[in-house]
Amino acid sequence: MSDYSNLKTEEMVLNMGPQHPSTHGVLRLEIKLDGELIVEVKPHVGYLHRCFEKHCEAMTYPQIVPYVDRMDYLASMSNELGYAIAVERLMGIQVPERVEYIRVIMAELQRIASHMVALGTYGLDIGAFTPFLYLFADRERILSIFEETCGARLLYNYIWVGGLSHDLHPDFIRKAKEFVTYFRPKITELNNLLSYNKIFIERTANVGILPIETAINYGMTGPNLRASGLKWDLRRDDPYSIYDKFEFDIPIGKGWVGTLGDCWDRYFVRVLEMEQSLNILDQALAQIPEGDVTSAIPKRIKPAEGQIYTRVENPRGELGYFIVSKGGLQPHRVKVRPPSFISLGLMNELCKGHLVADVIAILGSIDIVLGEVDR
Amino acid sequence: MKSHEEIYNLLKEKFGDAIGQSITNLPVESFIEVSPLKIHEISYFLRDDNELLFDNLMLLSGLDDMNDKKVKQEDGSIVDVPGTLSVVYHIESTSLRHKIVLKCSCPKDKPEVESVNSIWRSADWNEREAYDMFGIIFLNHPDLRRILMPYDWEHGFPLRKDYKNPEFYQGMKVPY
Repeated sequence: MSDYSNLKTEEMVLNMGPQHPSTHGVLRLEIKLDGELIVEVKPHVGYLHRCFEKHCEAMTYPQIVPYVDRMDYLASMSNELGYAIAVERLMGIQVPERVEYIRVIMAELQRIASHMVALGTYGLDIGAFTPFLYLFADRERILSIFEETCGARLLYNYIWVGGLSHDLHPDFIRKAKEFVTYFRPKITELNNLLSYNKIFIERTANVGILPIETAINYGMTGPNLRASGLKWDLRRDDPYSIYDKFEFDIPIGKGWVGTLGDCWDRYFVRVLEMEQSLNILDQALAQIPEGDVTSAIPKRIKPAEGQIYTRVENPRGELGYFIVSKGGLQPHRVKVRPPSFISLGLMNELCKGHLVADVIAILGSIDIVLGEVDR
Repeated sequence: MKSHEEIYNLLKEKFGDAIGQSITNLPVESFIEVSPLKIHEISYFLRDDNELLFDNLMLLSGLDDMNDKKVKQEDGSIVDVPGTLSVVYHIESTSLRHKIVLKCSCPKDKPEVESVNSIWRSADWNEREAYDMFGIIFLNHPDLRRILMPYDWEHGFPLRKDYKNPEFYQGMKVPY
């Protein structure tokens, strides 16, 4: 008679990636499995490492702007905004009102475009193909507006230190307003298509629950943190640019269909955020003043010796720039706090004890961009 | 909400010699120098003290201070004195809304700093990155290995200012 109670099932190591469509880039996950249950997840990053921080030390401040674009390539405008603000604060530059308005408009349009990719591809990961096509078609409208403004669809080099590369296209305001009115009802359509879909809810509710204490301790920021229930938005809590002039809500997770801080909450907070971005756009497009956009750009950008850390609310969370200047034309050190990098460090905590199929649902819900993780 | 000076005085009172100067004459950002082998204890206090409650480590970054010196000896020979590497901590409290910047410096030939991973888990990957780029050893870190560079990289730590590109990488000439 043999005793089976001492027998252990054998753990298996499963390798997911680097070339896997649902890893949103080149990410390798080393997953240790006990049957179908996850024991441990070890993310391996660095496949897209392009030495951003080393490059910065060999370039002048304005030359860094195009490199900044290439970090989070789905939210280039927001990256540029953060960098420009960091250098401006280091040098004490005050930019004209019109520039601030244009920056906010661009950043909010970019937030919507970025969330569209996040939500669309999330649906795609779970198995819903149609919402992805709907969202990408609408995102194309934003990209065309950007293209008309600065000639590029993804990597803009538009927001410069002290100003903008050039003023808006004369037709811009009309087109942006048109987009805002066009897109509002589309959010309801998205909700009917994907958010309240039974299968989608089954796959995402009560999966990957992130309690608020863990989220803060692990440095989670942005929509992921708000989905866990903390009202924390840098646009309001550490104001930059002119966000204090606008009325908007900060949506937080409420555990609508499952538990507070699950994948569906993280998904739905992004949907609600798009609405709030539309509200900001409405106000900004109505109030935008006339003026010059290049007048405050300094001829020579040479900050005095010192250091600064500034952060902005990127679509993916808190994007911070730590810049140390030794008084030269080139920075001594530029260190970036990429939100996705920090979020990805939480994968193990989120996945433990879930089924292997949930890894995809969890990874999609924290919305990473590998270009930013690896820089 | 406490100001930089108030926090500095609190720390100075509690930890004495482990707290160095408070640098405030730089433009924009002030920081407090702390001892690299006491940072764990100090961080623990910062997080759990009821008046401070620093629960969020925003950023942990490595830094090469670029202060290597050439010192002329009495006999006329020149000796290189290695400079320091630093770790900069940007910490904030989400409930009390105050921030503080700490900086620990360690000599380049013995770059050892205590890990704060057990206090703020977001330090885990940040410390691995600082190790990867600067070769700063974080004592008591559970899993200190390279993160962005290849695991088999043997040519030093790329963000140090004295870093030189290797001539060959895995038998390939650089630049090829």
